[in-house]
Amino acid sequence: MAILTVLQAVNAALKQEMRRDDRVVVLGEDVGKNGGVFRATEGLYDEFGSDRVLDTPLAESGIIGTAIGMALYGLRPVPEIQFLDFIYPAFDQIVNELAKFRYRSGGQYPAPVVIRSPYGGGIRGGHYHSQSSEAYFAHTPGLKVVIPSTPYDAKGLLASAIRDEDPVLFLEPKRIYRTVKAEVPDTEYTVPIGVARIAREGRSCSIFCYGAMVHVALEAAEKAKEKGTEVEVVDLRSLVPLDEEAVLASVRKTGRAVVLYEAPRTGGFGAEISALIAERALEYLEAPIVRVAGFDTPFPYTLEHVYMPDARRVLAAVDRVMNF
Amino acid sequence: MSSPTEVSPLYQVLDAPAEPGAPPASPLPTPDLLRLYRGMVRIRTVDSRMLNLQRQGRIGFYGTATGEEAAVVGSGCAFEPRDWIFPALRQGGIALLRDYPLDLYVAQCVGNSADLLRGRQMPCHYSDRRIHFVSWSSVIATQLPHAVGAAMAARLRRDPVVCGAYLGDGATSEGDFHVAMNFAGVYRAPVVFVCQNNQFAISVPIERQTASAGIAVKAAAYGFEGVRVDGNDVLACYLATRKAVDKARAGGGPTLVEAVTYRRGGHSSSDDPSRYRDERVTEEWARRDPILRFRRWLEARGLWNDPEEERFQTEVKSAVDEAIRRVEAAPPVDPGSMFEDVFAEMPAQLRAQRREALGE
Repeated sequence: MAILTVLQAVNAALKQEMRRDDRVVVLGEDVGKNGGVFRATEGLYDEFGSDRVLDTPLAESGIIGTAIGMALYGLRPVPEIQFLDFIYPAFDQIVNELAKFRYRSGGQYPAPVVIRSPYGGGIRGGHYHSQSSEAYFAHTPGLKVVIPSTPYDAKGLLASAIRDEDPVLFLEPKRIYRTVKAEVPDTEYTVPIGVARIAREGRSCSIFCYGAMVHVALEAAEKAKEKGTEVEVVDLRSLVPLDEEAVLASVRKTGRAVVLYEAPRTGGFGAEISALIAERALEYLEAPIVRVAGFDTPFPYTLEHVYMPDARRVLAAVDRVMNF
Repeated sequence: MSSPTEVSPLYQVLDAPAEPGAPPASPLPTPDLLRLYRGMVRIRTVDSRMLNLQRQGRIGFYGTATGEEAAVVGSGCAFEPRDWIFPALRQGGIALLRDYPLDLYVAQCVGNSADLLRGRQMPCHYSDRRIHFVSWSSVIATQLPHAVGAAMAARLRRDPVVCGAYLGDGATSEGDFHVAMNFAGVYRAPVVFVCQNNQFAISVPIERQTASAGIAVKAAAYGFEGVRVDGNDVLACYLATRKAVDKARAGGGPTLVEAVTYRRGGHSSSDDPSRYRDERVTEEWARRDPILRFRRWLEARGLWNDPEEERFQTEVKSAVDEAIRRVEAAPPVDPGSMFEDVFAEMPAQLRAQRREALGE
């Protein structure tokens, strides 16, 4: 066991999978000699060489488009999109090509590509280094969307994603890249995709969240405890496929639901969680579902602290569902 | 190196003047010549029959390669069976050259249970992994980066495989074309881009797609060779593409082959070209018909004649009719199959939705 950051856990998973399977290749902007702008791919170029760790031209659609071709041919490419905000030039390649290849070819051409991308706010990155656009991708049939919130899960889920037969968008909450540290086994392990995690048990109300927001929820839960409220924090870990049963089981237990996500509120993935609860667990609810999310504005620069959900806003939501 | 404002001369073989006094030389063994000819006649016959099916409402859509058969077959024959083809709309004839069964060709257009793609794509979106004929979407140029990526993967695996990346003239305006050309140049990928410049992207003529003098010249900006070929000269198309394929296989990097031709029909069965172009030009191109030109060339050398022609056409027509008969007798696709192949394993959500769709 070693104490690793989320970032070091990502790096450990990449090394582990590249050693395990020579079909795994890494490509993207600055991922080679530079080891990535966040250092997620540090050491890969030296260990695996320029054949398997490719510094690409600066073109996101080319990174994803060529990764698709590599996967069709039989490799296991793991392209990096430097910031999720930069992924839109590759949007067509992801939603129209990558996600549909297996289906449209009648199962003949699977495309097991894992797109890694740092996402989310809280690092003073402004409009273009802060976005949380997972909902666009979760809306695309054929694409898995996986988001770890701990070093243990970052390593185990990334290993699972690379071994998965389907394309996976692997979103790394960069705000907690270096701030969250924990023990991570040196040995090989995987964490299954599609299984949520109870980050904290409670019986008073449930908070459903993922990525960096898990830590905001945990902070709020700790404060709520002072008032005698036992908050359960459910870390979804995977938006597609979604562990619906874990969501429903938690709501049935607590009867109160707060849905927390940092993306713009309207049409965000939390709306899907809210709809799921309303459709299938309404009879268990003691209070209306409350969403805490980013606002429907472009991601701000200087006013980031106003935009980002924090423990204060989450606590207010917990109060609302508790005092309905 | 050609200039961006001056169109480079077309590479031609069929009409190249023979050495005075010398017997007409043949650039290829006779069986290869006949494979090229038969390949062209087969597509034209299949296209005509399939367009009829569309007019009768038996298939929903069809796009012919009429007038472009030399570009399709000449380039298509230049790739080996181990090579991978990334087609666009008008390269179904290449699948047939690679022993894609006519039944599957027809079934893809009909979209019933005989279809390898399980009725999931519009007609003309053929793909068959066994012949390395990759699935494509209707979004233009998106297959080009895939071809480059597959070529990079083949080289990484030390496989002597070349990828054929097909596109039309309209595709050269798309970002993915430039991205693919750039990646191919930077990595010197074993890929051959074949652009069938048929002068129109639906209604928009080539002059509205690019201000450069043709398309081949664009390769220079990406650091590799572009060649401009008479796209109605099947031998020129074959020999130019073959040279590019051989070069790519030998590690010499990519080539862009521009086959200059003309789309004699509509963009598809849904299109009426008289709305936007002067059809007298179409008639001029019909006089340069790629099949007739090559037939005359073969006949002048005693390699083809009227009885052969009649026998072959009858054979293809009856093969197509038989395929249509067999395919149309197959049952429709199973409704539950709509939920398969979204993922390798069906998640709980899709299992529930399948039950809902099937009323279970």
